[in-house]
Amino acid sequence: MRERSPARRKLTDLLVRIVSLLAALFGLFILGWILYVIMARGVGAINWAFFTELPAPPGMMGGGLANAIVGTLLITVLASLIGIPLGLLTGVYLAEFGGQSRLAEAIRFCSNLLMGTPSIIVGVFVYGLIVVPLGDFSAWAGAVALAIIMLPVVARTTEEMLNLVPDSLREAALGLGTPRWKTTLQILFRAAGSGLVTGILLAVARVSGETAPLLFTSLNSPFWFETLNEPIGNLTVTIFNYAMSPYADWQAKAWGASLLITLGVLGATLLARTTLWMRRK
Amino acid sequence: MQTHRRFDWDPVFHVLTLGGGLVLMLVVGAIFWELWQGSQLSLEKFGWSFLVTETWDPVSETFGAASTIYGTLVSTLIAMLIAVPLSLAIALFLVELAPPRVSALVGGGIELLAAIPSIIYGMWGLFVFAPFMSETVQPLLAHIPGPFFTGTPMGIGMLSAGFILALMILPFITAVTRDIFRMVPAVVKESAYGMGSTTWEVTRKVTIPYGIQGIIGACFLGLGRAIGETMAVTFVIGNRHEISASLFAAGNSIASTLANEFTEASEDLYLSSLVELGLVLFGLTLLLQILAQWWLKRTRRKMGGGL
Repeated sequence: MRERSPARRKLTDLLVRIVSLLAALFGLFILGWILYVIMARGVGAINWAFFTELPAPPGMMGGGLANAIVGTLLITVLASLIGIPLGLLTGVYLAEFGGQSRLAEAIRFCSNLLMGTPSIIVGVFVYGLIVVPLGDFSAWAGAVALAIIMLPVVARTTEEMLNLVPDSLREAALGLGTPRWKTTLQILFRAAGSGLVTGILLAVARVSGETAPLLFTSLNSPFWFETLNEPIGNLTVTIFNYAMSPYADWQAKAWGASLLITLGVLGATLLARTTLWMRRK
Repeated sequence: MQTHRRFDWDPVFHVLTLGGGLVLMLVVGAIFWELWQGSQLSLEKFGWSFLVTETWDPVSETFGAASTIYGTLVSTLIAMLIAVPLSLAIALFLVELAPPRVSALVGGGIELLAAIPSIIYGMWGLFVFAPFMSETVQPLLAHIPGPFFTGTPMGIGMLSAGFILALMILPFITAVTRDIFRMVPAVVKESAYGMGSTTWEVTRKVTIPYGIQGIIGACFLGLGRAIGETMAVTFVIGNRHEISASLFAAGNSIASTLANEFTEASEDLYLSSLVELGLVLFGLTLLLQILAQWWLKRTRRKMGGGL
């Protein structure tokens, strides 16, 4: 090994320390920059009409995004209704029945694949699966796309949370003659409770801010929806359309919608994270 | 003792939960099947040349994926070049330098970067970051000789897209790297410190070699995310079907092309070509995922769990 003077070694060490401190500060700076911009530009667009009125025609001032706000909520709820039960079932299978069997490993593998699949691909898939056969974009199609994205996340959380429940609890319940399903639903779910709920909340928060899977499934609409089988207004696709438009008023609305989405998603994420963190303590 | 036998629901429950898992597997299979079926028309017409043809002309119905594949790879490469060193430095700060409380706070902040939706990065990128690039950063970079930093500094383009992608994958690589750094046994590190090593020497000669395989796995995961990222890239990449050496130039990626053109494609061949782009992207992420999982599994076995 080459001989190096202590002073030089200490200097290198100091430099590395400074660089890594700067890197961390840089990450925080970017976070702050983005949040500040969203706040500063979004607040101006938020008013009563923003929440209560339909979008104004192109180029006209005023109007709001009431239909898009409701649309986003509706699509997210529908997606949760499909994605959460399926994800829970899969997670229970992996944790309680599957073990290390080949089939369980295959499901885990597919789950990871699905988690890594770009959301736009899921959009293309659902377009062919639902939009083409039904002949129109729809709230359902968007919900199914989001549910597919949610599925592996919920499955993984469920499996991890159930694995944290000590086996003695299972054995005690089964030893008393409790059936397996009852043990899982009433004892294990209760023990895993808050962890499970926060994990699911994280998954819901994540998909509620998704845009790409909605582009070719729910599309967007400036009107109220009458059925779930027609294009439906939603915040994220509205942001995309409005941001690319030449109208200043629409761009302002896009900032307002961005603020709303950011607050919703980050708020839910922070809530879930803090709960998890408190529980771990 | 039980006096009468009640119906045993357990097998039903078992099958039901298995059903959830099977649906999941079915979805993955169906995605592949549908993309494959949907791209038949384009596959028959263009064959392998689809992958190397640069022309993308809906009017004359000639489609080639070269410019989109190039854009996807280059923007991802830029993202990795920025994100990997940055993530390593941040992980080093979180594990070795910061006091526990600061580490938890800063780490939480970095993780929040992952929670910001893609479209928000797009808005920030297009309206705030791109003008900043064109006015401040790109005029400086233009002094560097060579083909990479030439042309009009428009702000939008390959470089900006790559940079924003880097920010988006940063939290993922940082989180895994941090966990890996933490897994290095204290005894190993302490013996190096005991010999008088500085923090950097311990990191370079003990921590990184010990965790190098896990770090590579983390990079695979980041790569898989960057390659399919859609909305942020669509906002800032510029959407032009041409290959240029300059990183200032507008380009496109597979995902951004899909986002922009899918609903406009009225002809069957056009749509089929777009689906084939999707197939290429799906194939790429599949490959990366398989590599990453195989690699992480191998590492986990070597390092004895905990990852």
